[in-house]
Amino acid sequence: MELFFEFLATLKNTVVDVLPILSIILGFQLLVIRKPIPHVKQVGFGFIYVLIGLALFLLGLEKALFPLGKMMAEQLTAPEFIHSGEQVLKTIHWSDYTWVYVFAAAIGFSTTIAEPSLIAVAIKAEEVSGGAINANSLRISVAIGVAIGIALGSYRIVVGHPIHYYIIAGYVVVVIQTFFCPKLIVPLAYDSGGVTTSTVTVPLVAALGLGLASTIPGRSPLIDGFGLIAFASLFPIIAVMAYAQLTQAKAHQAVRTIEKRKRIKINKRKLKQKQQEPTKSSIQDKQDR
Amino acid sequence: MNQQFLVFLKALLGSCKDLLPIILVIAFFQFAVLQQPMPNVGDILVGLVLVVLGLTFFIYGLEMGLFPIGESMAQAFAKKGSISWLLTFAFCLGFGTTVAEPSLIAVAKEAASVAASGGIIDDTLASQLSYANGLRFTVAFAVGLAIVIGVLRIIRGWPIQYLILGGYVLVVMMTMIAPSWIIGIAYDSGGVTTSTITVPLVTALGVGLASAIKGRNPMIDGFGLIAFASLTPMIFVMLYGMVIS
Repeated sequence: MELFFEFLATLKNTVVDVLPILSIILGFQLLVIRKPIPHVKQVGFGFIYVLIGLALFLLGLEKALFPLGKMMAEQLTAPEFIHSGEQVLKTIHWSDYTWVYVFAAAIGFSTTIAEPSLIAVAIKAEEVSGGAINANSLRISVAIGVAIGIALGSYRIVVGHPIHYYIIAGYVVVVIQTFFCPKLIVPLAYDSGGVTTSTVTVPLVAALGLGLASTIPGRSPLIDGFGLIAFASLFPIIAVMAYAQLTQAKAHQAVRTIEKRKRIKINKRKLKQKQQEPTKSSIQDKQDR
Repeated sequence: MNQQFLVFLKALLGSCKDLLPIILVIAFFQFAVLQQPMPNVGDILVGLVLVVLGLTFFIYGLEMGLFPIGESMAQAFAKKGSISWLLTFAFCLGFGTTVAEPSLIAVAKEAASVAASGGIIDDTLASQLSYANGLRFTVAFAVGLAIVIGVLRIIRGWPIQYLILGGYVLVVMMTMIAPSWIIGIAYDSGGVTTSTITVPLVTALGVGLASAIKGRNPMIDGFGLIAFASLTPMIFVMLYGMVIS
């Protein structure tokens, strides 16, 4: 029963969040387009499903995953865990935090796989591309990008480098990739950067950044705690373009191997013919004798 | 009825698969690395069931409601042929969905306390509030503008890479001159703007427009709206920081 009331409260919040969008859609539909919404019943039910789904999703996250994930981020970054009971030294070494990087990558990957807005974009991309882009492969490459991004971002907080060097270097990679990448994937890759950081990823990643920045001597949680999300939205762009490049390279290779096989076959045939000719003549020779 | 149930069951199974990585990661770190027992197992199980159900409902509703409405509106605007109304709609959609975005409100609040403790603004509640609100409206305006630019790009068929790369150059140049305390917040603000409901709607809008306008490819021209929405806030927040200091 208590759970039900909690659900109602979450549902109310979700509805309030959606209200501006809903009023803009309805306002333009009724005042500017001035046509009834096609399949209005189905669309209405769809909206209700989305709201109920989001409310359940958020409530479940609050109940199960967020407290645990946040606690883990705190425990993994706590000095007691890092230095395993030894005296805390003033200077820290980046390799003391190996488990933090592993956790950052793992949590980045797994939360991205569950991110609803990424699922939406992946479904649309598969539909629009006629199946040329596989929804699951797209999601996995985005997730790998987020994993690398958050691990690198945690490393940056530990060593204390200024953020803009990393971001600018990332931009340079994106620019170079853009020129060598299949044109079809470029807009989708750019989009995937913004999509990844949403309901599931942001709270957990923010907890990780805050935990790291507040336990490492010399880092300010308020200044260094920011910036992980920027990493999580830059690296998926690189990852998706890399995935497209790999697929393209594989396709080229496949074409090349097929051509190679053909050539080998033709050569073999020619060889056989050449070999057969003398044998024929030898048989004839025998017959002649 | 039976078949519908089967479809639902399949979707439920899909959601379970989507969640499996998180469960594995958390279980691994809890048992193997931190070596602690799982606290309140009952709560966690209930929560997981809710998350799976929620994801299933969301995806169901997505294809029933959000995608169709986005595409049908795009087609209606394309048929109507009024670019100014379309751009107004684009701006409203971007601005309206961002200004009330909970994660943006949270980030703006946090940013205000950074600024107050750093002595950039007065350490009073009123000035913190006005700073946070300023940040929120800046980001919302930037997202509105982004959707407008993105829609204009789809209509005119401009190649996306030059616009985005131009934006990157602008971000880099602004980073050089903007005050250092705003940079982390500015970079993050690009990521937090796009919510779970905005993304499918905006994607459907873009794809719908690109398929309704002759000569546009939905794959090349339809995607990219969200990319703009995560780029412009960085530029505008840095600008905001420069104006304030």
